[in-house]
Amino acid sequence: MRIGGIDIGSRYIKYVLLEDNSILDFKKRETGHNPLSVCKELLTVNRPEKIVATGYGRYLLEVFGDIRTITEIKAVAKGVKAVFPHCRTIIDIGGQDTKVISLSGQGSVVNFEMNDRCAAGTGRFIEIMSRALGYDLDHFGASCSIRNGNVKINSMCTVFAESEVISLIAKGEKREVIAYSIHDSIASKVISMVKRIDIQDDIVFAGGCARNPCLRKILEDRLNRTLYVHENPYMHAAYGAALYAEI
Amino acid sequence: MSKDYKQMWSDLEINLDAHDGLLGVLSDAYTNIYLSQKNRPEGMKYFDFVISEVHGLRIEEIVEAKKQGRKVIGTFCVYVPEELILAVEGVCIGLCAGADVGTDEAEKYIPRNTCALIKAFMGFKLAGLCPYVQTADLIVGETTCDGKKKAYELFDEMMNGKVYVMEIPNKKGQDDKALWLNEVQRFSAKLEKISGKKITPEKLKEASKVVNEKRKALQRLASLRSADPSPISGLDALLVNQVAFYDDPLRFTAKVNELCDELTERLKTGKGVSAKGSPRILISGSPMAIPNWKIHAIVEGSGATIVGEESCVGERNFASLMDENFSSLNEGLQNIADRYLTINCACFTPNDERLTDIETIAKRVKADGILHYAIQFCTPYMIEATKVRKVAEKRKIPFLRIETDYSMEDMGQLKTRIEAFLEMMGKGARV
Repeated sequence: MRIGGIDIGSRYIKYVLLEDNSILDFKKRETGHNPLSVCKELLTVNRPEKIVATGYGRYLLEVFGDIRTITEIKAVAKGVKAVFPHCRTIIDIGGQDTKVISLSGQGSVVNFEMNDRCAAGTGRFIEIMSRALGYDLDHFGASCSIRNGNVKINSMCTVFAESEVISLIAKGEKREVIAYSIHDSIASKVISMVKRIDIQDDIVFAGGCARNPCLRKILEDRLNRTLYVHENPYMHAAYGAALYAEI
Repeated sequence: MSKDYKQMWSDLEINLDAHDGLLGVLSDAYTNIYLSQKNRPEGMKYFDFVISEVHGLRIEEIVEAKKQGRKVIGTFCVYVPEELILAVEGVCIGLCAGADVGTDEAEKYIPRNTCALIKAFMGFKLAGLCPYVQTADLIVGETTCDGKKKAYELFDEMMNGKVYVMEIPNKKGQDDKALWLNEVQRFSAKLEKISGKKITPEKLKEASKVVNEKRKALQRLASLRSADPSPISGLDALLVNQVAFYDDPLRFTAKVNELCDELTERLKTGKGVSAKGSPRILISGSPMAIPNWKIHAIVEGSGATIVGEESCVGERNFASLMDENFSSLNEGLQNIADRYLTINCACFTPNDERLTDIETIAKRVKADGILHYAIQFCTPYMIEATKVRKVAEKRKIPFLRIETDYSMEDMGQLKTRIEAFLEMMGKGARV
């Protein structure tokens, strides 16, 4: 039986198709301005028998009839646990939300923290900052893996942080140095959420931002722990949703 | 609304165009959030009517009362003794402060990081959108938090000196009790002066009875919500608690009791607003002034039922009664002072009594989860959330802390957090 999970995030839509518990297909598309048409396009090929929707836009699929929805918190927990059976804590930095999720030994969510409306410390923030510094998003984190200066971005607000970055550029500060401090400021925001949760090993870093080596390294250093990252950290929530489709 | 109130609003210096816009938004929100609910009790029809006439018929009644020489006293806090206002035949009105209205205007005077409630009471006035504040002869402020305290100074200028501030102590020791009693006495003298009426022990007794009966009706409603399934939605119960601040107290009490009679009948048949065993949430924290229905709408839209509000628009407004046994005015004022100091607002330090209240209410309503709600920048409640979390942990009740304001921009995030909270409780939202 073919089952699917679709994670309609603020920046990307991720789709996992399973057949007999193995991944048949994974697709990732920009959410854009018309996520429903993106979903329709994804679902027309190999339309699964059952599907569960998650993510910010999970209710969009109501037009297809009775499609179950779960939150991305529940979905990512399932999707991470399936890949990392020893996981007890998840740090998930997505497009507009950062979540820290605490799991029981059996894998159910026992506590979580999530940012409120503010996009500070999320993927969107990294995107805007990389643009301000003229980096390609995929190379932003690789550009600054070590602290090589002493600049601090104080503002957590995306708007103010951007003007802080612009004034640092105007002062002639090297962009690698500014880039590092941006990552450092995001890590601070994430750490403050982590501290509200009783964290336990193993910690898995999920979501698109887990591909950023600088952010991962700073978080590992400041938490003094190893963070496990899947080769495709975008996938977890959609995979978790797909796993719920068979239940 | 059944008739045209334009002349009345115009006389009250309401900004008619903007006001039409506001009523339109309010009516749409009410239709979407309230009228779409299933299994509503018949008794809610009265409250639907009250809302449809919130700036119409009720204002007309108040204007009429003013013509008969009664004074209109506007308040913002459950610490302002309603008994005293009624004892001088005044009309006591909780003022508009629950919508994102006139924010730009308000931000000309107060910082952006001021709580939404303060911005709203100023915004409603500055944008000319609150007929209640326009009818007020006296606005009673209070020193509950720094934001309100300082905002009242500016508000007084906007209200041409009509603002009177009661000092609420920060602690509940002997000195504080003496201070508060003095404040109650001073307020009583102020009301006598403004109304030209003397407060006698008899009048105060009569007024106390009216207010106590209102509290008893609200207590009755609260206790009916302990049933599983609850016979009334949290949204509807919240609305009743919000209307408590506006409506004529005698009529309101009668209508709440009628509603409770119907709910009692419902319980006999086991009929409720949700399926038996649906998740039961207790709200605790900052007040939800009308028309702030945001959290209730999300929680109940996700399949849970709100079964109580440990809030000023809720338990703190009606949990304790005033002792009606007194023989002199001084004794009566002492009883008022004693009764009001049982309200456990986060502006007090320490405030452990609130934590005890939360435990007691959570047990009574059989809460499966506690959702702590603080208006963003409401520092006292935001900080006290940490202590409430500990209480919840001790009782092994799942806990979620939310900080938000009246805008709708964080609806998506709130929905995710609240649904994940329900999923975590194992009584998951839609799956």
